[in-house]
Amino acid sequence: MSGTAIDPRLLRAPPKRSLRLSWSDERFRGIVWQAVVVGIVLFVFWWLWSNTVHNLEVRRIATGFGFLNREAGLPIAESLIEYSPTDTYFRALMVGLLNTLKVAVVGIVLATILGTLIGIARLSKNWLLSKIAGVYIEVIRDLPLLLQLLFWYAILQGLPGPRQALNPVEGVYLSNRGLKLPALEWQDAHSWTLLALVVGLVGTLLYRRVALARRMQDGQPRPVWPAALALLVALPIGVWWLLDSPWTISWPELRGFNFRGGLNISPEYFALLLGLVLYTAGFIAEIVRAGILAVAHGQWEAAQALGLRPGQVLNRIVLPQALRVIVPPMTSQFLNLTKNSSLAVAIGFQDIVSIANTTLNQTGQAIEGIAIIMLVYLTISLSISLFMNWYNARIALVER
Amino acid sequence: MSDITLNPAVAAVPDAAPRSAPMAQIGLVGWLRRNLFSSWLSTAVTLALAYLLIRWAVGFVEWGIVNAIWVVPNNQTQACRDLAGAGACWAVITEKHRFILFGTYPFEQHWRPALVCVLFVGLYVISAMRRFWRWELALIWVATLTVIGVLMWGGVFGLPYVPQERWGGLPITLILATFGLAFAFPLAILVALGRRSKLPAIKVLCILYVELIRGVPLISLLFMASVMFPLFLPEGMNIDKLLRAQIAIILFAGAYLAEVVRGGLQALPRGQYEAADALGLSYWQKTGFIILPQALRLVIPPLVNTFIGFFKDTSLVLIIGIFDLLTAGKTAIIEPAWQGFGVEVYITIGAIYFVFCFAMSKYSQGLEADLNRHRRR
Repeated sequence: MSGTAIDPRLLRAPPKRSLRLSWSDERFRGIVWQAVVVGIVLFVFWWLWSNTVHNLEVRRIATGFGFLNREAGLPIAESLIEYSPTDTYFRALMVGLLNTLKVAVVGIVLATILGTLIGIARLSKNWLLSKIAGVYIEVIRDLPLLLQLLFWYAILQGLPGPRQALNPVEGVYLSNRGLKLPALEWQDAHSWTLLALVVGLVGTLLYRRVALARRMQDGQPRPVWPAALALLVALPIGVWWLLDSPWTISWPELRGFNFRGGLNISPEYFALLLGLVLYTAGFIAEIVRAGILAVAHGQWEAAQALGLRPGQVLNRIVLPQALRVIVPPMTSQFLNLTKNSSLAVAIGFQDIVSIANTTLNQTGQAIEGIAIIMLVYLTISLSISLFMNWYNARIALVER
Repeated sequence: MSDITLNPAVAAVPDAAPRSAPMAQIGLVGWLRRNLFSSWLSTAVTLALAYLLIRWAVGFVEWGIVNAIWVVPNNQTQACRDLAGAGACWAVITEKHRFILFGTYPFEQHWRPALVCVLFVGLYVISAMRRFWRWELALIWVATLTVIGVLMWGGVFGLPYVPQERWGGLPITLILATFGLAFAFPLAILVALGRRSKLPAIKVLCILYVELIRGVPLISLLFMASVMFPLFLPEGMNIDKLLRAQIAIILFAGAYLAEVVRGGLQALPRGQYEAADALGLSYWQKTGFIILPQALRLVIPPLVNTFIGFFKDTSLVLIIGIFDLLTAGKTAIIEPAWQGFGVEVYITIGAIYFVFCFAMSKYSQGLEADLNRHRRR
């Protein structure tokens, strides 16, 4: 085809016509329609705006974000950062934001793991396992999330008190005050160990890239695992050992009416996380199942015919193709989970929506309060979709 | 067939009686071997799951039926509390079911919201039947929704007037979902068309609307409807809370449905657009006669799935204090005598939601199989 000359008539630009002020001119019609629609939208917004300004004047509500520096005086039960009711509204909202992120991040990780397991179980050759997974998916997706949250919260509240707490495993207590787990007492040495692990991870990834690039040049396979072993296992353990290998576990103990020590997961957070994870996992399971089914059967067979081992078939042939189908809908599930975490307000977990809501009730700054909520979620949504779009572009099919 | 065989060797051999396949391959045993006990791992999984399932089922039957208390005399819930979790207290449902279903609607008029629920279900059933998929269906909707309005408000035909503040329970959930759908769907079609329009200003407006709404949780829109909306209106003008929540739900559903419809518009081959242009059809003729009938047919299954999500999401009005089914259930157990029986109430409400959503979900799957019949080989 490359030798054929292109018909010069096709290269000519379409004739430029001047805009006629007539209804039969398509461009003129387009401009009029747009002007009308934009005019109506602007008018509606102007009308709402002027009403709002008038109403605010009548009710003597000052606008602006000055209230953020005032003392909040609102107690918050759980917080990742230091907070007391004498702090400002700004700090209270930061606490709420961190609580939202705490639910969203943990929830996304757990829901992905559980959802993938259920999705694979749904495809199992074992009839019982597959049916149970199917029933789970169907039931969990057909009940409102808010109902599920209230249900789990009601169950947690109906548990016995700390003195008769359920104790399934040594050191784990489940009572109406929440879940108590043994926890590692965090010391500086642990932070350094964690840092060493991150350094090791980055180093391993770099080494793998270099090894792969070399292999592309001379075809000699270079195993990654010795470097991975040294960087991911030996390095952190070495750092930890050099810093006197501290290892103290804090066990929850019953003192008086409640537990002391250990890691405390409040009933509100636990119910919210449980509800969100179980609900979203139902949707993720269906996505994973559809993704695996989307890989044509011939691909499995062709890979096996080439003599690849089962692990290689999964890693090199099936997963890369399945991920292309899985990632876009998975993104919207992550976004849904994050947005659904706002239901926390119904069971009294203080996330950003709950705290902003209290703030706007206390100060009367309705517009600013809702603007903050929307801004926070728009930012989170945009960040997640940017990240997932980047990831999606990375794994996308590279065509000629 | 002739009974003369040409090959004498075959003829000499007496007919071997046909044998059935070995017992281990067919019938129940074969099925069990293939599906439950195909390998050691599979056998272990089956046994473990069967054990857990039976234990759980026995526990549930004990709790829900054997040890359960169904009726208690005038709010004396001590018998229920004495069970201490060993049995369900279904007495809370026996006592409160009218309240959960119909809220604070006048007791002797409860037949009206009950009839409304029946009408809604009838409307859904008719809309689901393919033989009714024509423009007359819109008339049926308008007529039914009018009758529903008359029944709920009353004030005519000798029905006593019931103010909207006293409505509650299941009718509110169905009203929010149905009216939301009826208005959000046309809005969604317009927005989806706008987003694919060649006119830049209209396209930008539609993109902004869809992305802004989809980026924030429904709760924030409901808060906006309950707190901010009164500020938007001129002084003295007031819209009641249910209508404000309804508007928020319509705006929310419109954005999500618009994306589904847009998927259908994109999936349609270009040739359809070009053929319509070649016939000299105007934009609206092209859209109404050629594009939409095909595009909407393509997206019916995802549309039904969006409807399901949206039906469940109406329960969020609980947070701004509108009296839907879930709020009624939550309110029913505020009374001190009935506190602590949330699990029973939520299971009952869950069953109601499940019936609606499961029916829609099964319908969507059936429809999908039906519409894709031409693709199956």
